[in-house]
Amino acid sequence: MRRAELVAAVLMAAFSGYLMWKSAELPFGWVPDEGPGGGAFPFWLSAIMLVCCVWIMVNWYLRKTPPSQSEEPFMDDYARRMFFLVGGGVFGMIGLVHIVGMYGAIALFLLYYVRFLGRHSWRTTIPIAVGAPVAAFFFFDVALRIVLPKGYLEPLFIPLYRIFL
Amino acid sequence: MEILSHLAGGFLVVFDPLNLGLVILGVTVGLFIGAMPGLGSVNGVAILLPMTFLVPPTSAMIFLAAIYYGAMYGGAISSIMLGIPGASTAVATTFDGRPLALKGQADKALIVAAGASFIGGTISIALFTGFAPLLAHVALDFGDPEIFALMLLAFATFVGLSGDDVPKTIFSICIGLVFSAVGLDIMSGEPRLIFMDISGFMHGINFLVLAIGVYGIGEMLWTIEISRGETQMSKATITLPGILAHLLGTLKLWKSWTIGSLLGFFVGILPAAGATPGSLMAYGITKMTAKDPRAFGKGEAAGVAAPESANNAASTGSMLPMLTLGIPGSPTTAILLGGMVIWGLIPGPMLFVEQTEFVWGLIASLYAANLFAFLINIGFVPAFLWMLKMPFTILAPTIFVLSLIGGYAPDENMHDVWLMLIFGVGAYLLRKLDYPMAPAVLAIVLGPIAEPKMRQSLLISGGDITIFFTRPIAGPITVIAIALLLLPLIQLIWRTIRKPA
Repeated sequence: MRRAELVAAVLMAAFSGYLMWKSAELPFGWVPDEGPGGGAFPFWLSAIMLVCCVWIMVNWYLRKTPPSQSEEPFMDDYARRMFFLVGGGVFGMIGLVHIVGMYGAIALFLLYYVRFLGRHSWRTTIPIAVGAPVAAFFFFDVALRIVLPKGYLEPLFIPLYRIFL
Repeated sequence: MEILSHLAGGFLVVFDPLNLGLVILGVTVGLFIGAMPGLGSVNGVAILLPMTFLVPPTSAMIFLAAIYYGAMYGGAISSIMLGIPGASTAVATTFDGRPLALKGQADKALIVAAGASFIGGTISIALFTGFAPLLAHVALDFGDPEIFALMLLAFATFVGLSGDDVPKTIFSICIGLVFSAVGLDIMSGEPRLIFMDISGFMHGINFLVLAIGVYGIGEMLWTIEISRGETQMSKATITLPGILAHLLGTLKLWKSWTIGSLLGFFVGILPAAGATPGSLMAYGITKMTAKDPRAFGKGEAAGVAAPESANNAASTGSMLPMLTLGIPGSPTTAILLGGMVIWGLIPGPMLFVEQTEFVWGLIASLYAANLFAFLINIGFVPAFLWMLKMPFTILAPTIFVLSLIGGYAPDENMHDVWLMLIFGVGAYLLRKLDYPMAPAVLAIVLGPIAEPKMRQSLLISGGDITIFFTRPIAGPITVIAIALLLLPLIQLIWRTIRKPA
């Protein structure tokens, strides 16, 4: 935990620096009779972020905060495994949206999660994995007219569009 | 009298079949969300906000407020039955609710919780109805410097009062504000902070992307990590005579719920505080002033009544500054405020003048939501207990799916969905290191309002920063805000001075 605290502070400090540099693309100084320029608001806030990161590092050095005192691992085996299995699953789902569309990705993700992570029976898994995308289709595409991406499955939806839209 | 006629008009809005249906649906969803460990009102409101585009703004707001309300009731259910707070707002309910359940008095704890919630809700809504128009009337005179000063105060309360790590809290506020500045600079129209020249940043970062990332994905990852192992569910037998007896018993705990309701309401108004500290404080004070403080923590009904009345009162209290000043009093109301902006309503005192139907419809809906949440909670306890058995491995993927769609729907853009994932994972990792997330969500909602207010104020004064100090209302507010910002520093110096002595 102690090492993670420092790594996070350094990374966030670097990010603050990047934000400052990026904000400086617009004038961040004082425009006479107008007040701050367009970049001033984010620039100075990023500067405060940088100061906070340095402050966090000082606290780390002095061992003042609970994470900087803790010798426990930032993530134990269980946490790391769940993070990769679950976070990876969500990452995969979002990636799949570009290929098989929102509905295909949702069905596959639910199949993966409920059946393989949750170890539920197929009788539980199938109704959820099929029911959720169908319900979402009627709610979003049909009722709200928010057309969710279909990816390469678009042709399959054309008959449905004819009936419901 | 004028208030009563407005309120009557509000009830006409609520009794519209669509709105009444949404109140009932909202409290039911809220009760469920509140009861599920790992999900609270803020998660429910953030994830479900995109779904409300189906109905008009007033109905959408009524629905979301009903969820907020229902979740305050629901949180007690798992606190008592499982010993895990259903939402952070129900932490204090576990202290005495769980021991009661272990003693075989789960039914008593559940009914007292519902009764106290109803009383806390009723008292706070009555206070709300009285205070809101007054405050809005005063706030009508507020100009840009006053609004900016109020926002500064909102952020300052996080630093001075939240009790989280100070540099991490300030960091969280600033990062939210910087993210809110992404997109086009409103004054000059120039693009700014277009990271890596990705065109998706041109339309800015929608607050929902951050909110769903933090409260959908981040929260689920967090809950999955901490909720390992099996939990033991207590048994509750609910009978009609039992319900009536315990409700009468609740009335006798008047001291607890009076403390809870009043404290909750006023603590709820403060931006940094909200329902969680409100209920903890109510518990603490009730315990301190009780005849036998040692009975607390071992199954004392008064220890359930105080926090439960307080968290409902606080949820109402936090809506007061949101509606009248445009400054949210809690993370959940920050998201409601962001929703109002999406629907084209400008939060603040002008709502009371221009959108009376919306404002009074919402206020009246709180009365209805409170009543229905109470009735549904008491009437369907067995159903909620059954739902608590729902495995987390079904609930969690459902939340991820709702987050995916919720992240996409507002701007119909996959860029937002990827960004939401990054925010969610980042929030989870930073949260493990005690970085508070609520300030960032509040900041990304308030940022687009705060920055132009600050710059317009400076335009008025010709770039003179003293405008925030010299105006009669803005001045004191700014001074209090600065004092709150310096509070941790003063405490530090105080402790250093006292140490050698």
